[in-house]
Amino acid sequence: MSTLTKQDPFSRLLESAPTNFTAARILAKECYLAQGIPLAKAEEYKFTNVGKKLEQNITNFFNADSFEVSEELIKSSIFEGFKGDVLVFSNGKFLPAHSAKIKGIEVSVLSEKSDLALGSIAKPEKDPFAALNQASFENGIFISIPKKAQILKPILLLFFNQANEGQVIQPRVWIEAGDFAEVTFIEQSVSLGETAYFVNKVVELKGGINTQLHYYRLQNEGKPVLEVSNIESDIQKDARFTSVTISLSGDLVRNNLSFNLLGSNSEGNMYGIYLLNGKSHVDNHTNVDHTIPHAESHELYKGILADQSRGVFNGKIFVRQDAQKTNAFQQNNNILLSDDAIINTKPQLEIWADDVKCSHGCTVGQLDEEALFYLQARGIDKMQAKGLLLYAFAGEVLEKIQEESFRTYCDTLIQERLGSKF
Amino acid sequence: MLSIKNLHASIQGTEILRGINLEVKAGEVHAIMGPNGSGKSTLASVLAGREEFEVTEGEVIFKGKNLLDLAPEDRAREGVFLAFQYPVEIPGVSSTNFLRTAVNQVREYRGLEALDAVKFLTLMKEKMKLVEIDQKLLSRSLNEGFSGGEKKRNEIFQMAMLDPSLSILDETDSGLDIDALRIVSNGVNQLKSDKNATILVTHYQRLLDYIVPDYVHVLYNGRIVKSGLKELALELEEKGYDWIKEEVDSAATV
Repeated sequence: MSTLTKQDPFSRLLESAPTNFTAARILAKECYLAQGIPLAKAEEYKFTNVGKKLEQNITNFFNADSFEVSEELIKSSIFEGFKGDVLVFSNGKFLPAHSAKIKGIEVSVLSEKSDLALGSIAKPEKDPFAALNQASFENGIFISIPKKAQILKPILLLFFNQANEGQVIQPRVWIEAGDFAEVTFIEQSVSLGETAYFVNKVVELKGGINTQLHYYRLQNEGKPVLEVSNIESDIQKDARFTSVTISLSGDLVRNNLSFNLLGSNSEGNMYGIYLLNGKSHVDNHTNVDHTIPHAESHELYKGILADQSRGVFNGKIFVRQDAQKTNAFQQNNNILLSDDAIINTKPQLEIWADDVKCSHGCTVGQLDEEALFYLQARGIDKMQAKGLLLYAFAGEVLEKIQEESFRTYCDTLIQERLGSKF
Repeated sequence: MLSIKNLHASIQGTEILRGINLEVKAGEVHAIMGPNGSGKSTLASVLAGREEFEVTEGEVIFKGKNLLDLAPEDRAREGVFLAFQYPVEIPGVSSTNFLRTAVNQVREYRGLEALDAVKFLTLMKEKMKLVEIDQKLLSRSLNEGFSGGEKKRNEIFQMAMLDPSLSILDETDSGLDIDALRIVSNGVNQLKSDKNATILVTHYQRLLDYIVPDYVHVLYNGRIVKSGLKELALELEEKGYDWIKEEVDSAATV
């Protein structure tokens, strides 16, 4: 750690950062320098030592250049059954020439929107990596869905990553949806090459009133990926936002997901599965902020951990004094399949209002031996019986994915992993 | 079909079965009765392969094979079926998918072709009638939210689907009302043939009014202490288990 405390490895990246969004970048840089890379003692990152991983794996603390992505590669990377539009990124940079022109939606390179209030949702003072991204990202994407637009086909955000010199990749996404708009996003990354790199992603979603947003993510690069992401959304009156995060691999993955419920009758749903083996490490930090009365949040994360994998779940729910009649529910269930797997789970509710319905619970256990014996006693092979039980465990989250093609795809991946045939 | 010789089994160092001997032939129905804690359910569990129990002595030969060498799933595939005293609720696993997997794995083991969806449903419909089980129940998660009677009916339904040669019914009658008992017993009776055998593990003689056994055995302190014909069950109902306990205990002190 000493090298990190002496001189910040990102200092040269910060100095050479682009000069657009000047005010936002200056603020972010200050926020970053004030926080720095979290060390082992930092409360928010105590189970996920990003600094150490960076030191071990990243050799070149600069943004990686984009690389040419062929049409064949794009085509072969889109999951089977997907019927929608694809937006393509190369090392975090949006590639308009390779991306779909989506009818009724404005999509452009983020740099062209210099009057945007970058960081007004994912605030740089809250997280050092959000700050780092805001201070030094190069080329993001701006997506705007007009008022009352109903975008029926899902939009796939397809990130191709290959940083041969062990560099940094900093995607930045701004999505705004006008009042009453409905849209579904799917985020997926493809890792090329064998060299480790650091992805530091920020996604800001700004929804109008009564919007219906879905944001699904699949983390399944199967490579030694080191990633920190900050996804944050403001949810206005009568609006609903559902997020589903499926994590199947990752050397070290930290997902910060935050919903700010800002209008009455708004609803925020956070669901996730982490199915880990080997030495994978996935950390989900979620944050739901109830600021007004009559809003709802539902949260369910399920983890299956094998081998020496490690999962971290930290779910914060704030119910502020004005947020009477809040319904906030949180659940985190884990199954450990080996003695060496670790889960650190921490529900964190802070309730200042007095007329609310809130619940939280977390469980950590093994596979139910009695259920396993029951299935075996009916002639089902032990391995398959295990798969069946684990699949049933994960199924509760999978069914939250409304986009059928994506649900089927994730379903297949999970079944394959669990060795179950249905 | 089944030959148990000097079977000893223990759990966490405590010996529960202390030398069981039992011969069961095809076409026979054996009732194993006995007071609580005598080892009845342990015997059923050991035969089905529950891992908590350690077999310390003896052998169990089933259709010429050493049953104790087989994994629980292979015992099931060979034709042993245990109707659980407490069927397990498994949320998220649909009854139908579960049963189709089970039936096809058993069929595969027996060298039979896997059933396609249509054939499977046809078989299911036919067997559902046996225990008057509602299709709606089978579209739900396995045993989840089933009543006690529904769970026991589902056990017999599964038994019908898997076509075992040896069925072990562990307290299948306990807790059932008379209507449910009649339905369950009727199912078991229809499945009986000269090629299969049934072991009824029960505390109450009542079940034997509906499923008539060929032999009745009394288990006490981990041993079969008395065997007889069906009339023994009636004697037990009338006199309780105390006279047998006394008989055994006094013999032991001599």
